[in-house]
Amino acid sequence: MKPLSLAFILFTLALLGFSTYQALFVAPTEQTMGDVQRIFYYHVPSAWVAFVCFFVNFVASIAYVLKRSANADALAAASAEVGVVFCTIVLITGPIWARPVWGIWWTWDARLTTTLVLWLIYVSYLILRRFAAGSQTQLLAAVLGIFGFVDVPIVYMSIRWFRTQHPSPVMGGGENSGLDPAMAHAFLWNLLAFTCVGIILIVARYRLQRMENELETEHARLALAGGSR
Amino acid sequence: MVKFFGRFAALRGVSAEFAPSKLYVITGDNGAGKSTLLRVISGLAQPSQGSIRLLGAKTAHEVAHRIGYMGHAPLLYDELDGMENLRYFAGLYGLHDDSISRDAMRRVGLEPELERRVGQYSQGMRQRLSLARAVLHNPELILLDEPFSNVDMHSAHDMATILGTVRDQAKTIFVVTHQSALMEEVADEFVHMSAGKIESREPVRARPVAATATGGDE
Amino acid sequence: MSTAIVTRSTLLKDLRMEWRSKDAINSMLFFSLLVVVIFSFAFNPTAEESRLIAGGLIWVAFLFAAVVALNQTWARELRNQVLDAYRVSPAPANALFLAKALGNFLFVVVLEVLMAPLFVVFYQLRSVGPVWQLVVIALLGTWALVVNGTFFAALSIRTRSREIMLPLILFPISIPALLAMVDATTSILTGDSSPDFWMKMLLVYDVVFTAVCLMLFESVLNAE
Repeated sequence: MKPLSLAFILFTLALLGFSTYQALFVAPTEQTMGDVQRIFYYHVPSAWVAFVCFFVNFVASIAYVLKRSANADALAAASAEVGVVFCTIVLITGPIWARPVWGIWWTWDARLTTTLVLWLIYVSYLILRRFAAGSQTQLLAAVLGIFGFVDVPIVYMSIRWFRTQHPSPVMGGGENSGLDPAMAHAFLWNLLAFTCVGIILIVARYRLQRMENELETEHARLALAGGSR
Repeated sequence: MVKFFGRFAALRGVSAEFAPSKLYVITGDNGAGKSTLLRVISGLAQPSQGSIRLLGAKTAHEVAHRIGYMGHAPLLYDELDGMENLRYFAGLYGLHDDSISRDAMRRVGLEPELERRVGQYSQGMRQRLSLARAVLHNPELILLDEPFSNVDMHSAHDMATILGTVRDQAKTIFVVTHQSALMEEVADEFVHMSAGKIESREPVRARPVAATATGGDE
Repeated sequence: MSTAIVTRSTLLKDLRMEWRSKDAINSMLFFSLLVVVIFSFAFNPTAEESRLIAGGLIWVAFLFAAVVALNQTWARELRNQVLDAYRVSPAPANALFLAKALGNFLFVVVLEVLMAPLFVVFYQLRSVGPVWQLVVIALLGTWALVVNGTFFAALSIRTRSREIMLPLILFPISIPALLAMVDATTSILTGDSSPDFWMKMLLVYDVVFTAVCLMLFESVLNAE
């Protein structure tokens, strides 16, 4: 492993340790919700990272459709997987937070529902990648990646409108609730830490995918030379 | 050029030039890459590596109206009758005159008035209609994959003769077949493939050619 | 070979073939009838309640039935590998897409026309809001489902387990359209609110995704 990568990983681990300390010990306890509110420091950064991952997937998918570059496809695969992981974290931490605070496991508010739909879309992307036969898996997946991301703002707008028509409890205090400055600190550290973790995961997965691609190329070279089937 | 299906190399380094107005017969065992070669030439498959030039263009799609392809499968709609099939495909090439389809059917020995659905045709009839579909638009380059499969000897001989006549009209024809004997009378060159490569090419000794059409474009 | 001419001839060919075999329409009809009956057992509403849930039920039934049609129309092109004949011709890829999408659209609309009276009878529906709005929603919503459905059906014919792949990738993407259709239908039936926003949203959805489909279809068709 290159020294720079190792350094970055160690840095991220340290950062994560620091931000966890901030979240669990330093940040003030929330007035109404108590300690359980600290999940917020994991819940929201995860959502942010997931969204960025899906955006990366969108760009990589477009790049693949235009240039058919194997690297673009590898990046698309990596970012979708990591995005789904973080999205899953959001969907799990959400109910864990909601239950003690609001008494319900789930609510169909705009943000949570959009996250769920996002999760569904990209899980279907991963399933397509696994089940598509033939050499054109990458192209089909790239197409789906484009569709999925284009759909996201539409999903969000639809559900928001639906919720203004049929209001229901909103978790996390609504769209525009402010953040106490003391909490903002911990929040930003965690945001940074999670983003770094996301980057590491994507790069690792990307490298893995590229190695798989290289393996395929080697197999192909052997098949050409030796007539193996 | 090279063509992969997953890890299977269907074509391994095929590099060749084919002259126009000749009838090439491609032979070889199953899995030798014959069908794949035809599909790559027709534009249905893209080479994994390498490139093609045909009829002065870089992709088959640019010159699609000058290419005719007959696949291993019938490439016909079972639920429609002969004329309905041909009429539809003629429309894809911008040909809206029914007489073209009728002539094509007659040339392969089928009756245009037959209203039987293609699904109920015999294999020989189906192959003949498939051939008609492939040459409907008078293409310069004709690619035929196993045109004689499951066809009775009589029909097969008829088809081979028709192919010879078509070649004499300054068309380039590629025929993939296991039954090279049928083609001995009309072939210009036998191309033998094995394991994804062209192993050998044998030009047939020059035949006395009767009245070649000069120019020959119709 | 202009796109319009090829679209028309392909659409007519498909309609003729469907008329002879009636594969798609029969299976769709029977399937949605089944769904309606089963729903009647599962939800036993009073007349008031029925107006609230009918919007959702109708569209779920049509969605499932539409998936049946979507798979069928491409399956037809795989028999005898006849799709190759189209691909090798100079005909434009988008013409094929439009023809298939329009064909599917027609089938599903016919289904809706046939099934709507059944729903009205089973759930004792009366519309409080104007019926023309229901028609607009139905048309916009059906196109939303069908345009993506046709596209993804073409995508999924090359996958293993293709029958399950189609709903799997289609449903998540279609969620906003489904939401719009259900809520708009409910709001028209109950007269509680205006479906204007939903109609505009469906229009946006239709335009955006029709454009995306047309841009990407040629790559999908020639994937092998």
